[in-house]
Amino acid sequence: MSGAFTKSMARNIFYGGTVFFFLLFLALSYDTHSQLPKRDMRANITPQIAEGKKLWETHNCIGCHTLMGEGAYFAPELGNVIVRYGDEGVKGFIKSRPKDGIPGRRSMPQFNFTDEQLDAIVAFLKHVNSINDANWPPNSQG
Amino acid sequence: MQFKSQAVAKPYFIAAIGLFVGQILFGLILGLQYVLGDFLFPAIPFNVARMVHTNLLIVWLLFGFMGGAYYMIPEEAETELFSPKLALLMFWVFLVAGALTIVGYLAVPYATLAELTGNNILETMGREFLEQPLPTKLGIVVVALVFLFNITMTVLKGKKTSISMVLLLGLWGLAVFFLFSFYNPVNVVLDKFFWWWTVHLWVEGVWELILGSFLAFVLIKTTGVDREVIEKWLYVIVTLTLITGIIGTGHHYFWIGTPEYWQWWGSIFSALEPIPFFAMTVFAFNMVNRRRREHPNKAAVLWALGTGVMAFLGAGVWGFLHTLAPVNYYTHGTQITAAHGHMAFYGAYAMVNLMMISYAMPILRGRAANSNKSQVLEMWSFWLMTTAIVFITLFLTAAGILQVWLQRVSDAPLPFMVAQEKIALFYWMREWAGVVFLIGLVVYIASFFVGGEEKAA
Repeated sequence: MSGAFTKSMARNIFYGGTVFFFLLFLALSYDTHSQLPKRDMRANITPQIAEGKKLWETHNCIGCHTLMGEGAYFAPELGNVIVRYGDEGVKGFIKSRPKDGIPGRRSMPQFNFTDEQLDAIVAFLKHVNSINDANWPPNSQG
Repeated sequence: MQFKSQAVAKPYFIAAIGLFVGQILFGLILGLQYVLGDFLFPAIPFNVARMVHTNLLIVWLLFGFMGGAYYMIPEEAETELFSPKLALLMFWVFLVAGALTIVGYLAVPYATLAELTGNNILETMGREFLEQPLPTKLGIVVVALVFLFNITMTVLKGKKTSISMVLLLGLWGLAVFFLFSFYNPVNVVLDKFFWWWTVHLWVEGVWELILGSFLAFVLIKTTGVDREVIEKWLYVIVTLTLITGIIGTGHHYFWIGTPEYWQWWGSIFSALEPIPFFAMTVFAFNMVNRRRREHPNKAAVLWALGTGVMAFLGAGVWGFLHTLAPVNYYTHGTQITAAHGHMAFYGAYAMVNLMMISYAMPILRGRAANSNKSQVLEMWSFWLMTTAIVFITLFLTAAGILQVWLQRVSDAPLPFMVAQEKIALFYWMREWAGVVFLIGLVVYIASFFVGGEEKAA
């Protein structure tokens, strides 16, 4: 770099640029928050859905699955699993996992959920499916 | 070593390498589970092994960052560390907290761990990379704050160089953005929105400041190029990092319920994110070409050049591959993401830590550089691990392209597991590349134990 461009100029651009773009990011985030209620379906969140989210988290589902594309890539996307299997299909699948897995195949653990817990998980997954996520995933296979 | 207190870096480096070994072993377990689904099931299910793999990565990188800062700051500030005792105490706190957390993951079911550790008081667990129980998260905050206090006080009482200022900004940013890990609203869109304020603003934001300052420090020491020149470059690089990376967060806001305008903001700004990494590569090669001295530690210089190139390829090129919204619509959450993640983390953050360790460790052991024999071995480990990660990335990319085609693009999309079985060959090849990586890591560790004639301090 030429001598005309000094270190203190570089430093000023660094601090100025960082502050400017961080403020821009905050402004965009603020705008996003004003638009989110129409997209994230927060008005529909019930205690049951909250319970479902907690079960989702405390069983570390994200450690194998993705949710709206985020998570691990070992097991299928679940943001739209309701579309693939329906309420009863999802519950039936979770309930029927063999304790010791299936020989040679990727297996989901048997979590011994109660019926109320299964209802809560399904309610949470239905809620996620209802979120306006710009039409992702491309098809029902996730 | 110029200052006695720099010695506290040594246990940090040793712990970092030890945890690195654990990370790789669990990586191999995961890779095998991809093809032999029931391997270790139900004793260590995939999600547990993955948590151990990613959490060990984060913790060893943090050990490396802290060790690097403890080594570097006294030399930059030209004064002893504010409190070496505090640094040593925090080392043990962090190591014990980290070990207990890993034991917790492996010993009890995750839901039980959540129950036992007070997740009901404040629900923070069960989110990717932030799976740590509440006490661990609080421990991280305490360790980070004490560490920052120690480092900041050292800089305040000594010389304030540009390298120190950039490092401090990076480290403070690391601590501040970690606080978002305590915010977990019931609204899953908000949860994800702010989750990225920790995850993205760490790895594509403030961590790059730490990376840049480490690289600048080692380049000054090994090339003897004028500090003014190097620090000017550093400012240019970190400017490019933050003006692209902050708004670049938007590339995570395409499909999680956030407004569509993020597809524009995220695509454009994150498409520019390779530029700072490219600048880093040019910087490293330029400084080494203009070197005014022949530093006896050739291995450290190799790591410095390597981290520039591999960060550019992994974070820059492989990031760009799938960052434009129309592409990402199809690749989001596939093996393409995994391919990018592996090379980016190795190239940017594993390698910069290995560079710092390579430079500092011989000095901490009382010599300017290791023996020729030891350096040759270390350079072998560099090439083994780096080549292995390139192949891991290429195989995962191939798997990802096929996955996207079969499951997302095809006229008759296949179910996830059907597509996975069709691409198993690439997972097998990835696993073998992983074995080569482990061999490289063993060679790396062996390089610490071979004798030969050392270069005097």
